[in-house]
Amino acid sequence: MTMVTAKGSIQRRLMVSLLAGAALLAVALFFIVQSLARQLAEESQDNILLASATSILDASAVRQGELVLDLPYSAFSMLGNLSDDRVFYAVRFGADFITGYSDLEDVRGLGEARFETRDYLDEPVRVVALSRLLSISGRPTKLTVIIAQTRNGQRETLERISSIAATIGLGFFLAAAGLAALASRSAIRPLERLAVSVGRRGPQDLRPVAAPVPSEMVTLVAALNRFMERLKVSLARSEEFIAEAAHRVRTPLATVRTQADITLRRVDKEENRAALREMIRAIDESSRAAGQLLDHAMVTFRSDNLEHSALDVGQLAAEMVDRLHPLAELRDIDLVLDSTSGAMISGDTILIQNALRNLLDNAIKFSPAEGTVVVSVRRLENQVLLGVQDQGKGFPAEGRDRLTRRFARGSNAEGIIGSGLGLTIANEVALAHGGGVEIANNRKGPGACVTLSFPSA
Amino acid sequence: MRHALISLCLMAAAPAMAFEIEARVQFGPDNAATVLNVISTADIDLFAPVILGYLDQTPNTAVDYVAVSSGELMKALRDEGAAFDIAISSAMDLQTKLANDGFAHAHNSDATDALPEWARWRDHVFAFTQEPASIVVSRAAFQGLTMPRTRQDLIALMRKHPDRFMNRVGTYDLRLSGLGYLFATQDARTSETYWRLTEVMGSLNARLFCCSSDMINGVASGELSIAYNVLGSYARSRPDADQFEILLPTDFTTVMMRSVLIPKTTHDADLAGDFVDHVLQTAWAERPPKDATFTIAGEVRNAEDDSLRRIRLGPGLLVFLDAYKKRQFLQAWEDAILQKR
Amino acid sequence: MRYLLIEDNEHLARAALDRLSLDGHVVDHANSLSSAADFTATTDYDLILLDIMLPDGDGRTFLETHRTHADATPVIVLTARSEVSDRVGVLDLGADDYITKPFDFAELEARCRAVLRRRVGAARNLKTLGRAQFDSLAGTLQIGDTIITLRNRELRLLEVFANAPGQIFPKAKLLDRLFSYDEEVSENAIEVYVARLRRHLRGSDVVIETVRGLGYRLTLP
Repeated sequence: MTMVTAKGSIQRRLMVSLLAGAALLAVALFFIVQSLARQLAEESQDNILLASATSILDASAVRQGELVLDLPYSAFSMLGNLSDDRVFYAVRFGADFITGYSDLEDVRGLGEARFETRDYLDEPVRVVALSRLLSISGRPTKLTVIIAQTRNGQRETLERISSIAATIGLGFFLAAAGLAALASRSAIRPLERLAVSVGRRGPQDLRPVAAPVPSEMVTLVAALNRFMERLKVSLARSEEFIAEAAHRVRTPLATVRTQADITLRRVDKEENRAALREMIRAIDESSRAAGQLLDHAMVTFRSDNLEHSALDVGQLAAEMVDRLHPLAELRDIDLVLDSTSGAMISGDTILIQNALRNLLDNAIKFSPAEGTVVVSVRRLENQVLLGVQDQGKGFPAEGRDRLTRRFARGSNAEGIIGSGLGLTIANEVALAHGGGVEIANNRKGPGACVTLSFPSA
Repeated sequence: MRHALISLCLMAAAPAMAFEIEARVQFGPDNAATVLNVISTADIDLFAPVILGYLDQTPNTAVDYVAVSSGELMKALRDEGAAFDIAISSAMDLQTKLANDGFAHAHNSDATDALPEWARWRDHVFAFTQEPASIVVSRAAFQGLTMPRTRQDLIALMRKHPDRFMNRVGTYDLRLSGLGYLFATQDARTSETYWRLTEVMGSLNARLFCCSSDMINGVASGELSIAYNVLGSYARSRPDADQFEILLPTDFTTVMMRSVLIPKTTHDADLAGDFVDHVLQTAWAERPPKDATFTIAGEVRNAEDDSLRRIRLGPGLLVFLDAYKKRQFLQAWEDAILQKR
Repeated sequence: MRYLLIEDNEHLARAALDRLSLDGHVVDHANSLSSAADFTATTDYDLILLDIMLPDGDGRTFLETHRTHADATPVIVLTARSEVSDRVGVLDLGADDYITKPFDFAELEARCRAVLRRRVGAARNLKTLGRAQFDSLAGTLQIGDTIITLRNRELRLLEVFANAPGQIFPKAKLLDRLFSYDEEVSENAIEVYVARLRRHLRGSDVVIETVRGLGYRLTLP
């Protein structure tokens, strides 16, 4: 049988793609959560900075032509609520620097509130600048409050949220991995079930798969069913063809032979009779060859798809001996069964019957008239031996191993009809069952002994 | 020896500094390999036990202790960039400002991690005492009077007996004392009562001092009847403590925390860190040594009294340090306290 | 013996008819299941030879009906296909034996004999030869109280003689009847079997005579 080359695994591929998807999602989740957190943290810092600046602006006014400014305590203390971040500020009125950190610059841009992230005193800070126009001596002048805060708190929050996001992402990934393992296994299960159910079938079982399968497998199973249907048809056709071919050859032969037989009875002239006899002999040889070809084709076909069942070799031999009795009787040959009970093997009944019949055909042919052919069944350790022993000339000493080859005949079998396939058939049957053939001559007296061995059940 | 030489050089350089030194003491062996330079607002006597305890654990090290006012400390570190390893101050606002403006070195250790949130700001400022601003009164002067429990009581009392308290009320000169300014701004932030009290004190021609000890001396000498917003610890540590009544007003009592930080100019951050840890461990010890002069407990460790207002470390303290704001505040204060002059 | 041959192949049927008639049997031929039914309804047969593939149905149907009618007539099935499962199937349905087409008539004869021997019993086939009684099915020869069991070739040789007493059979023809064509035997082999028969027939009044130059014949008293 050809080995199937395995390339990749659906389950692994499914698993890998599910895991890759999960990993992608987990990473995406991580970044989304992180960016949301960053946005939220930035927003909340911006809001507090804005509130702080607003509270300073709200506490400022122009009184009697002079700017009155107040820094409410809460303006800065609120900045300390979320984190221990450093705070810098500056208040500018028009071109004048009023108070705070004189080197803290305004945020460029339009609008009342302007935000910016920049470095101040070697640390990144978030800066808000909030402006309002105050009228001083009838002239609108811009009061600007600039507040900056370092971003450690935000960074810490981010780190914390990142680690939570990472944990969530990892958890998500692990959960997804578990689910992926389950999913891929359950996805592959119908395939395995199909494989098991197809693998368990006997060689004759070419019924279509009827059990419901997932929709994705419908195409495969439909193709499999069509394939089995075609196989069934083609097997039936080839079996029929072999049978038909043999039949087509043998039927006219039989008719001719019968006619020749009848004619032979009516003809008296010796040379005519000799010719007829010669003709009948040729016909017999052809017919037997066709029969053996048929047997051999059948054996070859079935050997590839052994149909195992428990079978009793003793019983099989008894039935075969019984059936061949009339044929043996024609030549006054005694067909003797020497059997033991319980010789059980696991095998294909039809094949073993065929093998034994071919051996017995040979034995009956080669035995001298009024001889004895013994069929013996023995159990030996873990083997069952099926032997056929005749009292013919035996096998020639040379080339005995060649006898199991197709169309090989013993060199001393001249004049006896037979295509020589009998031993080949027996050999192939034994091999197909994990056994073998031993060909020997009888130790006591003349004759051959062919023994088939099978492993016991 | 190399370290000793370096420290000698540092000491030689010290006199050239422009800030004003109140006192200076060298603890530990003269030939110590390393010298830790401490700038502090605490009196040397009060802080000595902590330093000695540190030197016991750390051989071959000396401590050069420089006592200054809180304003000078700020000046030394912020304006002059003087090289110190440790800065200890009662002026929480200035310590916070130093840290905020980047003049402090971060320090992180088991000892700092053990501190509660309120006792530290960033990894820079670490609190190791809690000291309530008290009203110290002379028992003699209050003969026959009910001891005031709140500021309102005190105001009423002073209004009722102006003759008895005229010229006999002492408080910080906010223009000189950083601590006084801190207490005053916190009082003002907490309650409007402060301004009424200041006005009453002003009307009684209150006398202004630079420091707690001077005010307590005044009370002890009979010169003063009332010292407002002084550190009770100074009064309690005196041998004649029984002459005073140390009052913690029940309307609210501001609690100051002394704090330590490592200046950016430290020459040995690790050594400074060890010292900080030692101070914190000593102060925060569950059972502090008998001779400990500074502990986190103070009078208030276990007091969960609503009236105790612990000054919060943080950017809020920067508000009253703002030059504009300070000018406004001092203007208002002067208007109140110096009304008659 | 009366046989019914149910077979639709004309050539094979004719050959079989000729061949079986030569052996002295009476054979009716039906080429379909329906005509077979007509034959069995009117005549009792000793043996039925049944083809499986017939134009108007499967021989197995016939076999089933045949058995349900409790008809004891033995049936030998002629299967066209060399498939053992078919053979097993027909045996299960109650056929007595089967033979695969095309068949060797010697084998068919042998099988018929074996089946008949089993099913019909000895009593119906006794042939009286003078003082001897010859049972060709059982293969026995009874002379007085002595019963001799004949071997197959002795039996078949005696059958040839007994079917045509007085007729002279040349050695060559006897040889063909007794041996298969693939056996290389000389005419002397016949002399051996004739000698055996003569020995068995000793004590009876039946004689196998040698007609010099022509062959042998059986003479009854």
